[in-house]
Amino acid sequence: MSRLGRRALLANGALVVAFALSRGALAQDTDQPELPGGLAKSPLLDSWISVGADGQITVFTGKVELGQGLKTALIQIAAHELAVAPSEVDIVTADTARTPDEGVTAGSQSLQDSGTAILNAAANVRVLLAETAAWRFALAVDQIEMRDGAAYAPDGRTIGYGELVSGASLHVAAKPDVPRREGGARVIGEDLARIDIPAKVSGGEAFLQDMRLPGMLHARVVRGPSDGTRLKQANIEAVATMPGVLQVIRNGRFTAIVADDEWRAVKALYRLQAAGWERIGEPLPAKRMREAIRGLPAQPVPIFHYPGPPAPPEAHTLTARYSRPCLMHGSIGPSCAVALWEDDSVTVWTHSQGVHPLRTALAELLGLALERVRCVHVEGAGCYGHNGADDVAADAALAARAVPGQPVRLQWMREQEHGWEPLGSTMTVEMSGSLGLDGRIVAWQHEVWSNTHSTRPTTAGGLLAGAEVEPPFVPPRPLPIRLPEGGAARNSTPIYDLPNARGTLHFVEEMPVRVSALRSLGAQMNVFAIESFMDELAQAAAIDPVAFRLAHLRDERAREVVQIAAERFGWSARGRGTGFAFARYKNLASYCAVAMDVRIDRETGEIHMPRVVAAVDCGEAVSPDGIRNQIEGGIVQSLSWTMRESVTFDTTHRTSFDWSAYPILRFPAMPGRVEVHVIDRPKQPFLGPGEAAQGPAAAALANAVAHALGIRLRDMPLSPERIRAALRPTPAAPRQAAG
Amino acid sequence: MIALTVNGETHQVDVDPDTPLLYVLRNELALNGAKFGCGLGQCGACTVLLDGKPVYSCLVPVAALRTRKVRTLEGLASPDGTPGVLSIAFEAEQAAQCGYCIAGMIVRAQALLERNTRPTADEVRAHLAPNLCRCGTHMRILRAVHRAAEMMGGGVRAVAEREP
Ligand code: FES
Ligand code: FES
Repeated sequence: MSRLGRRALLANGALVVAFALSRGALAQDTDQPELPGGLAKSPLLDSWISVGADGQITVFTGKVELGQGLKTALIQIAAHELAVAPSEVDIVTADTARTPDEGVTAGSQSLQDSGTAILNAAANVRVLLAETAAWRFALAVDQIEMRDGAAYAPDGRTIGYGELVSGASLHVAAKPDVPRREGGARVIGEDLARIDIPAKVSGGEAFLQDMRLPGMLHARVVRGPSDGTRLKQANIEAVATMPGVLQVIRNGRFTAIVADDEWRAVKALYRLQAAGWERIGEPLPAKRMREAIRGLPAQPVPIFHYPGPPAPPEAHTLTARYSRPCLMHGSIGPSCAVALWEDDSVTVWTHSQGVHPLRTALAELLGLALERVRCVHVEGAGCYGHNGADDVAADAALAARAVPGQPVRLQWMREQEHGWEPLGSTMTVEMSGSLGLDGRIVAWQHEVWSNTHSTRPTTAGGLLAGAEVEPPFVPPRPLPIRLPEGGAARNSTPIYDLPNARGTLHFVEEMPVRVSALRSLGAQMNVFAIESFMDELAQAAAIDPVAFRLAHLRDERAREVVQIAAERFGWSARGRGTGFAFARYKNLASYCAVAMDVRIDRETGEIHMPRVVAAVDCGEAVSPDGIRNQIEGGIVQSLSWTMRESVTFDTTHRTSFDWSAYPILRFPAMPGRVEVHVIDRPKQPFLGPGEAAQGPAAAALANAVAHALGIRLRDMPLSPERIRAALRPTPAAPRQAAG
Repeated sequence: MIALTVNGETHQVDVDPDTPLLYVLRNELALNGAKFGCGLGQCGACTVLLDGKPVYSCLVPVAALRTRKVRTLEGLASPDGTPGVLSIAFEAEQAAQCGYCIAGMIVRAQALLERNTRPTADEVRAHLAPNLCRCGTHMRILRAVHRAAEMMGGGVRAVAEREP
């Protein structure tokens, strides 16, 4: 049967998927231990796994594929526990009509949440089917062998899963204590080729941007050049009569063009934009954004406090201030959505990371009951956090409402993505630390200033269009994200063994520019600061930086990651220009250490990176190559952030309007080699690797640059201009513009 | 009607003459390979071969093509559907994260390897410089190009690391 045929069968209800019942309804009077991962919220087995009458297995996840290999990893997990080949397992990702509500795909939590749920649900299904087979064979369940999609009796009798499932209901709650499969073919831990890659390398329909529905129209949204601006009154009539333009939709300030052809929609957009623009509200601060944010009123939030003995008088105290500019997600494909409005209901195909929260926000924006909004995830270009995906989904839904019955595809222009995506907040960290005479840290203080790290939409006010329509929706008030994950405070708690330490977040509520979640949130900056500062302290104590870290590190897994990275790099024989850094993401997820070397061209200030070596422990390694892929990518992306990137502003708007105004690393500047060593921890909980490298890579670079130059650079980006200025400090040293 | 030759086939399309080739490939010919990334000639996601040379299809008005031959990622496969050497090499190296940039990478690399199956490592990097990847897949992309060069009977020559 073809893949399509199987899906059709499912949709026809071979096993109806239901996931509406909450845990409360099912488990309220049991004393059972908490179900693991996403099962806690959606405990029914058939929310996660269905077995068709033909034996076809389908896995349902509320998480989404972002190019991190999620689909393949979840298939691997299910196939392993169900004792079938991965090719026998199909997967359905986030769709508000079909999959569990798993919130947002973020925080490297997909394997922790969905992977753990599917692992346990699959083990439950396997046991249920084995029990059914035992009953059918009149044998004890431990005599049944489950493999290759069938149950086997010792005498050779066999029944396929498809037949077994007709006698077993999967519409039951998972049990928490079902054992993992032992023995037999291993699927977890194998390097399975990713199922999404063939289409991506051959021109298949791989992305939302590639969707073509019959009769599909094309739309463009019309905005000023950046967040905080609007277009001046334009000549709508002239545009409405341009060839191919079907509608110019206006609702308050929200304006969109629907055309019969994409290029014609673009030409109409250009014509409207020619009217010019103006700033709405207060001018932006004239100074650099990081200083502006540091200077705004802030709410102090305690992060951690270890009330050990105060530093003795002979202690040597160091202080340092580190900062980063606003950073951009900079997805290579501008955000896109396809929407279809029919019978007072709307379906939106979206690459949002959170289809369920988006659905709630869209229902409010459109004044529809929740059941009348369906959001279906389809892959887009990599997003690395909250970019324009949700906003464009709202733009497309509003456009589709104007042309019922006709699907509308709306993609942002490059300049719109650069101008309007929420940025990663600028941050400042001030560190203070004291060394005892024995070279140990006796006191430590970490203070961080930042805007919020999440304005992900859960209401209409969180969407750009929400503020534009009439009457407008009020954007929600930003709040600090709770610890232990934290937003701006993420990874500000040191993993090191410190007797007397205190951390404070200075949460700046006022947002001069639009900000939200960017890969690793505050962790990249906090780890940059902590790990730079650890090197500064090590230098003051005249101790090797790796030895200094190990002297303050008790967690055994952390020590091993540090030691393996150092060993594989050849740290003990290191030359000039080497740097090391380590963190455990969120202090509760993956461990990652990075060692690297740099050579600096003292004339140009360019940094060359011959070699980067990383070690990572993300618990049980589902797909080692998938982990390497993500860590390699995280390292390269973080190096680009750290050495090149800075969003610029003038007093009226964001001026990083395209790739020429916001350069990122290109091939010639890439490291010579990047090696990633994966430490597998069989049977340990999954800890996603997606964001683990952002902080360590940034700090390893800073430490290598300091080691090469003998000068410490504490402000990102470590750009050629900054390096030249550091090497030739003159009164006329060039200063970064805004940022 | 405007005529254009894509992957060996001639098509007539009814579009405004100033429509960029990229929009015609995607919307008229339903080819997914070339992607809209910037529309500005800055990212290479839309790269196609024009008479064998890599160009930004987002910047070429379809009416300017005349008799020049367009090849896209889809056109690198053989007529029986076997993917091109670079596609095979990219898959073998698992050289994609989101993969949005990958079609452009493959097409640009094709132009290099058709000219020279023994480039140096630095030549490969310089050649791919116009194409952006935001996922940081660069190291795998380089490995895939090296593998493809070998599959074509050549190979990428290592050269001494640059000394600053
Ligand atoms: S889309 Fe053509 S170069 Fe970016
Ligand atoms: S793989 Fe995502 S942009 Fe290159």
